[in-house]
Amino acid sequence: MSAAPAEAQTQVNSKLKLMICDDSNIIRRKIERELKIERLEVIATASNGRIAVETFKKTPADVVTMDITMPEMDGIECVEKLVAIKPDVLILVISALSDKSTAIEALKKGANGFLCKPFTDRQLTEALEELLRGAQ
Amino acid sequence: MMTNVELSTFVEGTTHYFETAANQPASVGSPYLVQQGKPTVQEFTGMISIAGKRRGIVYFTASRPMLTVLLMRMGETELTEENMADLVGEVANTISGNARRDFGKDFMISVPQVVAGEPEKVATPDNVRSFVIPINWRSHAAQLVVCLE
Repeated sequence: MSAAPAEAQTQVNSKLKLMICDDSNIIRRKIERELKIERLEVIATASNGRIAVETFKKTPADVVTMDITMPEMDGIECVEKLVAIKPDVLILVISALSDKSTAIEALKKGANGFLCKPFTDRQLTEALEELLRGAQ
Repeated sequence: MMTNVELSTFVEGTTHYFETAANQPASVGSPYLVQQGKPTVQEFTGMISIAGKRRGIVYFTASRPMLTVLLMRMGETELTEENMADLVGEVANTISGNARRDFGKDFMISVPQVVAGEPEKVATPDNVRSFVIPINWRSHAAQLVVCLE
């Protein structure tokens, strides 16, 4: 088996790892399908906060999209746990809970951005791009 | 009993959902009070229990043909029963969650409970009357039912 060209390997390695956490399968699939950012590569999905934390411990992602209302462990608690494991993780909360206090609470726990459901493909891309810009 | 302003929150939430998620507006009718018996239940129903400042239930109920088209409009290729059940839960969750913009954080919503084809499992509180918000979208009819103390 021949080795991949150095340039190609660098490109693969420079991609940021994304984990998608949402209890809705269609939302997880939508985010994965509509992801238009070359720098991001989906490495894992999780259907609740507990699974997200377990997955994150084994394979820490660089970027996470996080729902809030989920069974077993909600997104707010999960954000806190992920940040404790990896303080520089970038977390975009994607939730239907549209009151300001929920967004503020998520940001206080360590999230970096908030996108309200329902969202268009363009809004998703813009929110993720803004998240990545903020980290630079 | 709900006020007109409170009901308009759910009407606007429903309108916004179809405009954004399906990229195609729905015709959302005026809410009406169920006079007798229980409100309509279709093939798939996503229910959200409400606690805190208000108590009760919000549910979205729709037919298989409507959910099939809605999934397709959202770009979903797996038109399975599981995804239809998931979708009604997500619609109910999104509209209820968006209502917190007006109701505030003490309007606490549960994770969705989904019922497929068993209307007897969709229960509204006995002592509270339900409002039905009729939704017409691409020749399909669905309902958002709001039943809050």
